[in-house]
Formats: sequence, C-alpha cells, structure tokens
Amino acid sequence: MTNLLTVERVSKSFGGLQALAECSLSVEKGSITGLIGPNGSGKTTLFNVITGYEKPDSGSVTFEGTEITRASPSKVFALGVGRTFQITRIFARITVLENMLVATQRDEGWLRGLTRSKSSKSELAAAMEWLDFVGIGRLAAQPAGSLSFGQRKLLELAYVLVADPDVILLDEPAGGVNLTLINEIADKIRALNKSGKSFLIVEHNMEFVMNLCDRVTVMHQGVDLVSGTPQEIRSNPLVLDAYLGGSDEYDDEEVS
Amino acid sequence: MNGTAVLYSIIDGVLTGSVYALMATGLTLIFGVMNIINVAQGIFVILGAYLSYALSVHLGIDLFVGLAITIPTLFVVGIVVERLFLTRIKGPERVVMSILVTYAVSLVIEGILNLVFSTNYVELHAWYVDRSVRFFGVYVGYIYLLGFAMAVVMLGALYVMLYRTRFGTSVRASLADQTSAALVGINVKRVSTICFGLGIAVTAAGGMIYGATNSFNASSSYDLISRLLVIIVLGGMGSLGGALVAGIMMVTIEDLVGVVWGPVWSNLSFFLILVVVLSLRPQGLFGKQSVRVA
Amino acid sequence: MLRVRNVWWIVALAVLVLFPLFETNPTWTGIGVSALIFMGCATSWNMFSGYSGYVNLGSAVFYGVGAYTMTLLADHLNVPGNGDLFWLVPVGGLGAMIVAIPFGLIALRVRRHTFVVITIAIFFVFQLSAINFSFTGGTAGLQLPYIPWLETNFNKPFYYVALAIVVFATLLSVAVRRSRFGLQLLAIRDDEDRAAGLGVKVFAVKLVGFTLSAFAVGMGGALYAIFLGQIYPQFVFDPIFDISIALMAILGGLGTLTGPLLGALLLESTQQYLAIRFSNGSIYLIVFGALFLLIVLFMPQGVVVFLGDWRTRSRERRAEGALVASDAL
Repeated sequence: MTNLLTVERVSKSFGGLQALAECSLSVEKGSITGLIGPNGSGKTTLFNVITGYEKPDSGSVTFEGTEITRASPSKVFALGVGRTFQITRIFARITVLENMLVATQRDEGWLRGLTRSKSSKSELAAAMEWLDFVGIGRLAAQPAGSLSFGQRKLLELAYVLVADPDVILLDEPAGGVNLTLINEIADKIRALNKSGKSFLIVEHNMEFVMNLCDRVTVMHQGVDLVSGTPQEIRSNPLVLDAYLGGSDEYDDEEVS
Repeated sequence: MNGTAVLYSIIDGVLTGSVYALMATGLTLIFGVMNIINVAQGIFVILGAYLSYALSVHLGIDLFVGLAITIPTLFVVGIVVERLFLTRIKGPERVVMSILVTYAVSLVIEGILNLVFSTNYVELHAWYVDRSVRFFGVYVGYIYLLGFAMAVVMLGALYVMLYRTRFGTSVRASLADQTSAALVGINVKRVSTICFGLGIAVTAAGGMIYGATNSFNASSSYDLISRLLVIIVLGGMGSLGGALVAGIMMVTIEDLVGVVWGPVWSNLSFFLILVVVLSLRPQGLFGKQSVRVA
Repeated sequence: MLRVRNVWWIVALAVLVLFPLFETNPTWTGIGVSALIFMGCATSWNMFSGYSGYVNLGSAVFYGVGAYTMTLLADHLNVPGNGDLFWLVPVGGLGAMIVAIPFGLIALRVRRHTFVVITIAIFFVFQLSAINFSFTGGTAGLQLPYIPWLETNFNKPFYYVALAIVVFATLLSVAVRRSRFGLQLLAIRDDEDRAAGLGVKVFAVKLVGFTLSAFAVGMGGALYAIFLGQIYPQFVFDPIFDISIALMAILGGLGTLTGPLLGALLLESTQQYLAIRFSNGSIYLIVFGALFLLIVLFMPQGVVVFLGDWRTRSRERRAEGALVASDAL
C-alpha cells in the first residue's frame, strides 16, 4: 500500500487564526479516503494547501514522491491532482461542452494550445464520454450558467475528470443535493475508484462518508485527530467529543 | 536648478495637491462603497466651479461664502443622479457599465454647461485670488493657502464622520466588504446614496479652488478626470488614505519634475509614475491585495 | 440555423460592396469610410476586451501608433502620393502590435478594474509623448504625401480598403472564437482563477489576445491617416476614440460577433446625423449623452442581445397567447 498523497505536519495561520496546526494526512493509492470534522476544523484550508491555492507556513505536501508544497494550482493540477470546490465554480457563459474543453490541455505546451482549433475529435469524444458518465450529456450545448445546482456539481466533477487525474479531492460533493443524486454520485466515485483513481473527500454527510470510504480521517481545530476505518472512527470517543464538545469559536477563514 | 523654484514646487504641490486629494477622496469613496467608477467627477468639479462663478459674478457672493450654497446643491445633484441612473446599473459588468453611464451623464452636463456659460474660458476672482503673500520665502497666492486650509478642514470633517459617527462606521464597513455589511443590517443602499452625494459635494469645494487657480471651461473636465483617476489608482482604489497621499504626492512630483526637467516632462510624469508604480505594485500604494479566490 | 445566418452575412457584405457603386455623393461615401473603420476597430477591440472581459480604454494608442508608423515610414521611404501608400497600412498594424507588447506586459498584470484605468494612463503617456517629441512633429503633426485623385472618386479606394479591414477583423474574431485560445479567453472572463487552476496560461493568453486586437486598430489608424493627409497628436490619440470604440462594442453587444459591427454602424451614423442636425455643439452633446444613457440603461447587454431576447420573448408570448386563445374556445 503506497501513499499517493502525503501531508506532513502542515501548519497555516491567517493573521491570528491558526487554521492548520501540524496536520498530517495520507491518501493510499487506490483508496477512497474521507475527511470529516466539525465546522472550522480546517478541512477546506487543507484542500487549499494541497492544491496550491494557499502556501503553508510549515510542513510539506508530497504527491507521488514529488514535493508540491509550494507549487501553483496549475502545476498541481498538471501533476494529476484534481479538485472540486464547495461552491461550484463553472464558466457560466460558455456551453457545458466548452467548459470541459477548457480543462483538456493539461499536457501540451502553451504555444501548441494557441494554434489548435478548439478540439480534436478524440478530445470531443472524451469530453462527451465524461459528460455522459456523470449523466449530463444531453446538456452539452447549453450555457453552463443555466444548469441547476446539482447539474453544476456533476459538471464540475466531469471536468476535473477529463484531465485524467490520479487523485481527486472532492469538497462536499453531496452538499445540498437530493438523495437520488447523492447515491448516483457515490456510484460514480466507486466506479472511478475501481478503475484506479484515488479520492480524498470532505463531507458532512456521515452516512455518505461511512458507506463510501475505506479510510476516514477526523480533523479538529486544525489537526488530524484520528485516522482509521469507518468502524473504528464511529466508535472512537474522541471523535464524538470533537463534534459535540469541541469549541467552534472561529469560522473557516477560507475564501472558497 | 533654482532653489526657490524647487521650494515653490513643493509648497504648491502640497497646497494644490491637497485639493486634488480632496476631490480624489470623493472619487475613491464612491468606488469603495459602490463599485462605481464615476468618470463624471471631473465635470462635477467644473459644475461646482461654474456655480461659484455664477454666484460670484451675478450675485456678488464671496467664493467661500458661496460654498454654503454650492456644496449642498451638489450634494443634492449627486443624490438625484444616483437615484435616477446609478441604481439601475445591474449585472455582471457593473464597473464597466458604471463608466459608460457616468460618462453619458458627464456629456449631458457638459452640453448644458456649454449652453449656459458658453465655451469661453473663465476664471474666478476675489481679492485673495489675485494677491499673494510671502510664505516660507516664496510668494504664494492667498487662495492656495485658503484652499489648503479648506481641504484640511473638509477632509478632517470627513474623517471625523467616518470614525466618530454611527453612519461613518456603516460607511467603513461597506468599504471593507459590502456583503458582510448588508448581513449585519447596514442599509447599504442608503449608505451608497449618501456616499455618492458626499463624493460629489466635495467637488463643489474642489471646483471653486480649481476655478480660482485655473481658467476653465467645460472641456477642462477631461484633464481633471484623468488626473483624479490616476490618483485614486495610485493610492489604491477604495483607499481613502491612499487618495490623500497619492494626491499630494503626484502634484508635488509633477511640479518638481517640471522645475528640474521642464514642463514637457511634468505632464508626462503624472502618468508615467502610475505606470511604474502599478508595474511594481499592482494594487496601488495602499490598495487591498486582490483576493486570490481559490 | 447556420445556413440562414450565413445568408445574412453574405447579403450584408454584398450591400456594403455595392454601396459606393450606387451612391457616389462623397459625403456619404466619406461617412461610409469612417463607419467602416470604426466597425473594424470595434470588432478588433471586442475580440480581446469582449471575450476576456478586460475593458481596454486605451486602444487609441494602437490607432495613433498605426497612423504615426505609417506616416513616418511613408516619409522615410519617399512613397509617392498614390495607391502605393495602401501597402503601408498593414505595416501600421504591425507597428501597433509591436507597441501592444510592452503595453500589455505592464497593463495586464493588474486586476480588471485597475486595468481599465491603467490603459487610460498609458494612453495619455502616448498622447503627451506625441505632442512633446520632435520626431513626431509635435503639435503640428506630420504630413502625408498629397494624393491627387479626383474628388468624386477619392473615397472609393479608401472605402474598399476599409471594408477589407472589416472583413479581416471579423474573420479573425470568428477564428479566435472557434479556437481553443478563444475558449481560454472566455474562461478567463467567467472565472480567471479557476481557469488558471485548470492549467490555462492566463497571462500569456491575455497578452496574445491583447496584441492581436491591436492589429486591425493600427491598420484603421494608418488608413485614416492617408485619408486625411495629415495627422496630429490630439486627433489620432483621442480619448473620445477610446470611449467610442468601447461604447460601440458594448452597445452592440459585448462579446458577440455582430454586436460591434452593428454598434459601430449605428453609433457612427447617429453621431454624424446629430452633428449635421444639431450644428450647435452643446445641444449635440446633450442629445447624444441622453440617447447613450437611455440605451445603456435599458439595453445593458447591447442591441444584439436585447433583440435576441425580445424575439424569444415575443415567440413565447405568441405561444402563450395561442394557448390562451385555444382555452377560450
């Protein structure tokens, strides 16, 4: 069991606010790892640090052996780390299919990208395939801004996938979504996992996490409290304490 | 390089610069609270100048006394313009639309001013405009000193309002973050309207000084607005302190450059400095770092 | 759907091509020349500012540099006063592109709102430099070789060259829109940071777009320089030009293809009409400003989008009406 993504003793503070305090985490290759914790425990900040949107004050982040602690978001993305956002961010004024095509240029040199016509046949086919996979293929020609909330989440998932990442960080994929869609999303994640992709998922929906993930890490006040299988976590008194007893005196400061 | 000339530039820079700073503060306040770039600020200055002119020439009212009329008048004009036109600006390209709308307003006002006052250049006169006094070894027109004093008083009043009144706190909150301000119950619409009115009201004062120290007509507004824009961007858009510092700094530097290298360069330096500073510090001297939204 | 649209383009092009053959009055063809130049410039402007959302209010820099490059070259190469001058028009465009690079390197590093102002500042740097430096002739400007064509036929060649510029700018816009590059510009407009996170080389894309948009505008400036026979700084580096170009594109429909063309045509003809109708400059300003205000407030997305929405809405209303009517039966 190799570790695909390793976070080692990362700390990050915003002004007087300590968002992460020597937090450590690892995602094994081929696993679906859950990341849970009460509001304000630093989950989204950790995501931001891993994907390069924030630089940690100390500690390191390694992906497939390469250190990515201070790498820019596009570099991290190019190496194979995909990520979705809590508040879905799509390109509203271009079509769903075009949204997919924006992400389809991870590997080429930028000059090449300039002279290309929008897409080759294979890229279009790949993009449509992913759109069909998440279930919004029929909306391909519509402006992304007209999509419903749930559909946007699926689109965001699709265009993260089109770049063929090795590990995918999902920030609250089940948030604000109805039950049928939640199950669909869970199915898609399992299918992708079977084909070799690893996941790190932040979620508040306990059932979702416990049913889907093979490992769960609990965060509290910027540090990793416990890690283990869903069963181990469920019966750990520290976890309960963190959720019920811990003080939530500060909000997540992330601008996400 | 004449020592007296250098001294004069610095003094003039501070005195004149403070008036520019006053007008720029109005402009940056409007941007900070409303996200509107009011390119009509220049023509409002001229409007203020013409009003002072009319009061002085036709009614014999002293320029400074006239301010008691022109300032409230422009405050009301500002509110009317805001209610009529600016509240209708919606949509994603709000800032760009605000440039267009305020530009259109400025054209209309320019046309009206040309109609009423003709395009002949005029100046404001009073005993203190035409006479100088010896100040730190150089001769300075009284008007410059009075203008400086006025700018200081008005800026002081503005700061007192901002930091000592409840309304001022609402303004500062809106300046920092409109959404949060609305969330804590601040009537952002009302704050916006009043701030716009204030931003225009200061142009009445600035306009009077401008008119007393320059001959002007409606087309002078273009040069004015380009300078004011440069000042607020240099200071950092939305930063009141920045507008103050940048205003005084820019005029002083411009005067100094004019003395050292000649008038050709002084005009140019105004804009060149902005370009240089922004290359090094894109947010301006005191502007907020653009938020990296992950 | 595509077929119908293409027909309109061909019809429009035919009308434009045939226009000077039927209308020989030089006043009208003169207006045609200037309208076409604006159409080309507005389209080119829209190609960057419309697609990326970075509103450039200093495009007169490109126009002026195009004009000056052409004039200085014509003088330097001793080009005679005839059609040979037209070969220098693309060179004017190139000059503008070369200038666009340092311009863009400085201006594109700042936030969107600051960008607008910095383009204005850089514009003034150019204008003031042209006024103050001797090689540009100072305030007196520069002269171009005199073209001894007959008055009745003078405008025609200019008209067609201007039309060629418009066609070029339009085709370039289409090519960009259809390309990966254009998509990246649009993504930058909608969510620049997200685009960066997805691997788009944001700064490079912006710089290239900015530079490309300079070409047609530079050509427009060069062409108009030949047309006038003389250029001076305040005319070719004109702040009104800056705002007019932006206005035309926005009025027509920012980011659309037909928008800038329509906007330029409408605005330029309105301006000319008003200038003739209201010889009093002040009334002209008031009427123009008021019209402008009305359009911006009531059709903020531009005429093209407004008309499109209106057509959709009236179709829906008609459909609704049919339902209601059938109910009543």
